[in-house]
Amino acid sequence: MNILVCVKQVVARDSVLRLDPDGTWILDEGLAFEMNEPDTYALEEALRLKEKHGGEVIAITAGPERSASTIREALAKGADRGIHIEDERFVEADAFETADALAAAIRKEPHDLILTGLQSDDSGFGQTGVVLAELLGLPHATIIVEIDASGNDLRCKRELEAGWYQNITLPKPALLTIQSGINKVRYATLMGIKRARRKPFTRYTPDELDIAVTAQQCLQRLYQPQQTQQTEFLQGTSREIAEQLVAKLRFEARVL
Amino acid sequence: MSVLVVTEQQDGQWHRMSFEAVAAGQEAAKYLECPLRVAVVGSKVSELAAEVAAMRVSEIVLLDDPGLEEYTADGFSQALVQAIDQLQPTLVLFPHTYQVRDLAPKLAASLGKPFVSDAIDMRVENSRLVFVRQLFQGKLNGDVTVEGEAPHFASVQSGAYRADAVEQGDSTAAIRSLDLNIDTAGIRATPQRPFREARDAVDLGAADIIVSVGRGIQDPDNIPQAEALARALGGELAASRPICDNGWLPLDRQIGSSGQTVSPSLYLALGISGAIQHVVGMKGAKTIVAVNKDPGAPIFEIADYGIVADLFEIVPALVKLLEARE
Repeated sequence: MNILVCVKQVVARDSVLRLDPDGTWILDEGLAFEMNEPDTYALEEALRLKEKHGGEVIAITAGPERSASTIREALAKGADRGIHIEDERFVEADAFETADALAAAIRKEPHDLILTGLQSDDSGFGQTGVVLAELLGLPHATIIVEIDASGNDLRCKRELEAGWYQNITLPKPALLTIQSGINKVRYATLMGIKRARRKPFTRYTPDELDIAVTAQQCLQRLYQPQQTQQTEFLQGTSREIAEQLVAKLRFEARVL
Repeated sequence: MSVLVVTEQQDGQWHRMSFEAVAAGQEAAKYLECPLRVAVVGSKVSELAAEVAAMRVSEIVLLDDPGLEEYTADGFSQALVQAIDQLQPTLVLFPHTYQVRDLAPKLAASLGKPFVSDAIDMRVENSRLVFVRQLFQGKLNGDVTVEGEAPHFASVQSGAYRADAVEQGDSTAAIRSLDLNIDTAGIRATPQRPFREARDAVDLGAADIIVSVGRGIQDPDNIPQAEALARALGGELAASRPICDNGWLPLDRQIGSSGQTVSPSLYLALGISGAIQHVVGMKGAKTIVAVNKDPGAPIFEIADYGIVADLFEIVPALVKLLEARE
């Protein structure tokens, strides 16, 4: 079974973000980048399916030059090949533009299954996977917590809201978006990192893929959210803070 | 020009966010000075349509077909493409539910249109709609506009608009059944009936005080510290999704969009950043206290009392103080 996993490189989770001077994106300087956490679960699921059913796992990204390290990380964890569609524009691209680029490269690869994470920790569109399925003419299912790929069709368990689930069967090839937390993500081993250097890694420019789509969703301005709540910050030593808080909860908020 | 709100129901029961989308639609229709239509989608849903007809809307449209009894992305997408073709809306608005996350990106992409997902607000600038979205896990907001020809697609976040803010109409809106032609052979997925996993006894919704832990708790060995605080306060222990994903606390203690929604008197968030998926489950709390080392954590935007500090110093101090008062 040939599986493609779409991954994205995003700014590391605990980063302190600073806006660029024209307030349309964040400043890259001094920031660390990592594989989008929801995508790590999709990659792990792909690797487990390969271990069970054989075949190949290809990790693919559309991103700027720095995102090559995220593909290398996927290779170190066990992906067999990497594809990087490289361009700065993907940093701020909308979901449609990113999906269009991914689709152009994926059409060149035989595949039975495409996996993506649920959403990215930066733009948070939560739709690149579904748009990609539509552009490739594939059926899809979202927020998947279990995959049984042993039969001709894919049998999946979808998470619905408020503790509800649903089993769903899809013909292959199909695209699934993976719910975070469905597996325990592996770390790359030293051996894996060494091996990754010799694994095939294809780079494309958008021109080489004849990508013409541009973003239709335009981010006009990025800014700190306004406080909807007047937060009272408590200061002092731990003991002083604890005393203030208990007093406020008793006499001001009257909840104790 | 018109706005079309697509509501959601399951087995004749409204999804609670449907009316929030109607409230958003009423606002959008005012901004754009155009009629508002509300679509009810499913099989045998005419009774539900009568319920929304009392609201201030121009028209209710029924997308009623046996092929729409169970949700499928292919079936619902076909129905909505046909509805959009007949109604020619400028803006199609959805509640940002799990089903919409499955459907709306496909629908919009099939028409070559963008979909502005999970908007928390909208306004009009130079006679075009500006949507506000959260980026970077809620740390920043962005103003988003949409290029290209209508229709445009957007969904509104849970709680961004209030269902009780829906305006009632002076008269009952007309209900129109659309002619649909659902090609069931084109539905590729075979869904089974939704089911509920065995639920434990913990009903966090009934708890008056909740102490909730997030990634900041760092290690499962640290959970007892939070537990001690919950006990000292006489409250329940809960967690954000990553904690339950790691198996540090059972899933039935999870607060947020995929867990329970709570509105206790006191919600004490320990080491929780305040990602939107968590916040939708607890922002109804009367008093919110947040303890987090990161002063930029979005949880502080909704907290009444904020403590920028190491929770491993604050929690023991609180426990000691509360136990001494007993």
